[in-house]
Amino acid sequence: MRNYESKSENKIMRNENRDRKKNLTVRKLWIGVGILALLSPLGIIIPNYLGAGGAWGEWTLEQITKISGFAPEGMKRMADTWKAPMTNYAVPGQAAGPVHSSLGYIVAAIIGISATAGLMYLLTRLLVRKDGSSKHNQQARR
Amino acid sequence: MHIPDGYLGPATYAAMYAVTIPFWAVASWKLNRTLKAKQAPYLAIGAAFAFVIMMFNIPIIGGTTGHATGATLIAILLGPWAAVIAVSAAIIIQALLFGDGGITAIGANCFNMAVVGALVGYGVYRLIAARSGVASRRRVAAGAIAAYVSLNVSALLTGIELGLQPMLERSASGQPLYAPYPLSVAVPALALEHLLLFGIVEAAITALVIRYIQKNDPDMLG
Repeated sequence: MRNYESKSENKIMRNENRDRKKNLTVRKLWIGVGILALLSPLGIIIPNYLGAGGAWGEWTLEQITKISGFAPEGMKRMADTWKAPMTNYAVPGQAAGPVHSSLGYIVAAIIGISATAGLMYLLTRLLVRKDGSSKHNQQARR
Repeated sequence: MHIPDGYLGPATYAAMYAVTIPFWAVASWKLNRTLKAKQAPYLAIGAAFAFVIMMFNIPIIGGTTGHATGATLIAILLGPWAAVIAVSAAIIIQALLFGDGGITAIGANCFNMAVVGALVGYGVYRLIAARSGVASRRRVAAGAIAAYVSLNVSALLTGIELGLQPMLERSASGQPLYAPYPLSVAVPALALEHLLLFGIVEAAITALVIRYIQKNDPDMLG
């Protein structure tokens, strides 16, 4: 009997340890994402320094008119389908220059990370709530 | 690789939505059956990682830029269907909030980078990793190769979708209505830059993170 109890206690302790380790991992991974957000301006500074432009096939209407000599009709009609609030990962009305664009880029990174994580978290909760196996898990825990 | 609005004609972008939605449905169905509440934080981190890694534009000196997507890495760590949804979430936020990739092109961009990125990446990884140990070097190599192959398949598809436009959509006078470059220009342009540079960066990131996970939380690779 005593043996059985200590075994189950061990098991609980092991589970608690595992949970603590998982929480630590989650925290470490979030810190990693945070560091990436702070470093993100490298994604505009280095290309700028090396004279690299935008991505292939992602030109604005003005750019494509310059490159190919004409503005495709359909593209002209569709290019402004959507007006994004933070176009080019910049804070609207931010001042020019590398410092401001870097700071704006970090703000965009933080907002984007939060929005993406929030959307994903919402989707996950929606998917899990309907899940029979997770209900089963809750009952088993009780 | 984020196709903007105006580059794909209605026939193409509608078709790409039609192709992508069933994958979203299957992914939701799979997750609905297997997902546990305690996995939610990992999925949120995965999606956030995909978002931020794509902000790191990698330059070709005097040329264009590109980026990694993290799709293969996320598929290896969280499963291919979770990765389909996570990378799609990042792409949707990029389009809605930052104008990176078009609204009409969300179907195409999610197919290229999220669906193909995650499923091809995961398939190649499993094929090469086979029954190798969780802590083995082979897992790292499998991740790197899978990431390289997957990003290049994504780029190739993007090139094909753009390159088809001048054939599919022309004005009465014969001018292209949308993306103006033919397959013979669009495919080599997108394929080469990813074969030579961006794919290698994707492979390196994937290998580094797998190595880190092997040392710190090998359960995630189980």
